[in-house]
Amino acid sequence: MKTKSNLYRKEKYFGYLFILPPVVGFLLFTLYPALYSVYGSFTDWNGLGQMNFIGLDNFKDILTDDFFYKSMFNTLFLMIGIPIGLVISLLLALGLNRKIPGTTTFRVIYYVPVISSLAAISILWQWAYNGDYGLVNQFLDLFGIKGPNWLANTATVKPALIIMTIWKGLGYSMLLYLAALQSVSRSYYEAAELDGASGFKMFRHITWPMVKPVTFFLVVTNIIGGSQIFTEINIMTPTGGPEFSSATIVFYIWQKAFDNLQMGYASAMAVILGLFIFIITLVQFKMNERSSFDVD
Amino acid sequence: MVHTKQQKISNAFIFVLLCIGAIVMIAPLLWMVSTSFKDRQDVFALPPNWIPAVFHFNKYQEIWTAGPLLSGIINSLIVALTVTIIGTITSSLAAFAFAKLRFPYKNQIFLLLLSSMMIPYPAVMISQFIMFSEWGWVDTLLPLIVPGLFGNIIMIFFLRQYLYSIPNAIIEAAKIDGTSYFGIYARIIFPLIKPAIAAQLILWFMGIWNDYLPPILYLNSPEIQTLQIVIANFNANYAIQSDYPLIMAASVVSLLPILIIFLIFQRQIIESVAISGVKG
Repeated sequence: MKTKSNLYRKEKYFGYLFILPPVVGFLLFTLYPALYSVYGSFTDWNGLGQMNFIGLDNFKDILTDDFFYKSMFNTLFLMIGIPIGLVISLLLALGLNRKIPGTTTFRVIYYVPVISSLAAISILWQWAYNGDYGLVNQFLDLFGIKGPNWLANTATVKPALIIMTIWKGLGYSMLLYLAALQSVSRSYYEAAELDGASGFKMFRHITWPMVKPVTFFLVVTNIIGGSQIFTEINIMTPTGGPEFSSATIVFYIWQKAFDNLQMGYASAMAVILGLFIFIITLVQFKMNERSSFDVD
Repeated sequence: MVHTKQQKISNAFIFVLLCIGAIVMIAPLLWMVSTSFKDRQDVFALPPNWIPAVFHFNKYQEIWTAGPLLSGIINSLIVALTVTIIGTITSSLAAFAFAKLRFPYKNQIFLLLLSSMMIPYPAVMISQFIMFSEWGWVDTLLPLIVPGLFGNIIMIFFLRQYLYSIPNAIIEAAKIDGTSYFGIYARIIFPLIKPAIAAQLILWFMGIWNDYLPPILYLNSPEIQTLQIVIANFNANYAIQSDYPLIMAASVVSLLPILIIFLIFQRQIIESVAISGVKG
């Protein structure tokens, strides 16, 4: 008996030893900075001098900050691309799920933008959106349409970013949809066909229930990613676009913190963003629990 | 008969649509390559030439002196390799402990680590920046390397799932033989989960290679910048002179390593991404 309890105690120590690095990393590089940001949001922190507690002043100022509303609006506006991208990628996945030659090649081609660096992609699209010589306007020219200078125009800069984001993310959602579709047994469709079900009915009653969890996962991860857009804006419109019309919330936080050194104010905005993402993730966890019960 | 014929026609129609889609997806990238081989007048030719009349390779020589491209590649390699190699060891050890060892509060600690996925980088970036600048780490690669060495919760999560499929009996047998816990990890666990580790390592490597926000926050001196920052600076500096061939050549070079890795490990990458999505 004694040896067994010794062995067990040893197991305990090694267990703690093995998980020590990620736990220390979490405390030091995530939890501590996160709590410090919350504390900083109640101060007039400028990164250099003393931090004075100023209560809710930062949050009150945010409520009357036009730039905050504008960057928040822009961030949400850019999310219009999420449902469009999901519809297109579901259609692509439905197409690829048929007996068609070259499915692997298609998968690879559609996936290349996903693995490419966002910096290089942003540089490329900035050039593609060039008003005079860009690829996009040259393409439109084929149909006799004179394209605008996309990124220099308040009306077109957001649609331009949306198109690029859809293009970049299509392969990823398509891949997840395809994996979900391939898990549907063909016998369901065969049975439905024998019963004389129409294509639309089959989609609604067989395909859709199977891809619903993936859709939910993609919506949530896209919202989380979409609320943190920064790189594209920083490269393609370094000043936040015409009249700040492409500045996102993270872009604004960045500007306030590191250009204006208003770290307290920026932290307050970061806390608001963090809370938003925290809630979205929590919803996902809850819904995941529920949907896994459904399957069981 | 009618049915299969109809199906064939619709399949052909879908094939054509997918081809058009594939062209749309690949066209901007091809255009990037084509631009990189043009000279300046060619770039502004109307209508545009998809295939340059003369291929100019000189931009691919110029990029190495026009900016710190080589040091950018080296810096990115240093960061990505150090983090993924050491971080994979720490992550897989932790995954082993979480999946196979018994100790109090194991699941609570795991959930705590998992909660870090709910805290977005922008929410910690300001305090982290101040912390690292107090340590004198700004303008060094340390802020990009050190946090990753402690492991990656996503990797721990997937390896832990994977380890559940390995029977406990193997581990119990090794324990009775008197193998140490490090020995069990190195001789039994690691070889068994190697494929899962490889796929996760590749994905992590690509993520770090493509990272932009932390590097641009910390790296100021040209010789310390990672590749993504170097090409972003190419874009900022040479677009004014409309030297697009130069910018595109540098961008193509920055994309090539990842493209090659992707084409080689295409099956494993796509599989492990698909699994991660289905399991949520």
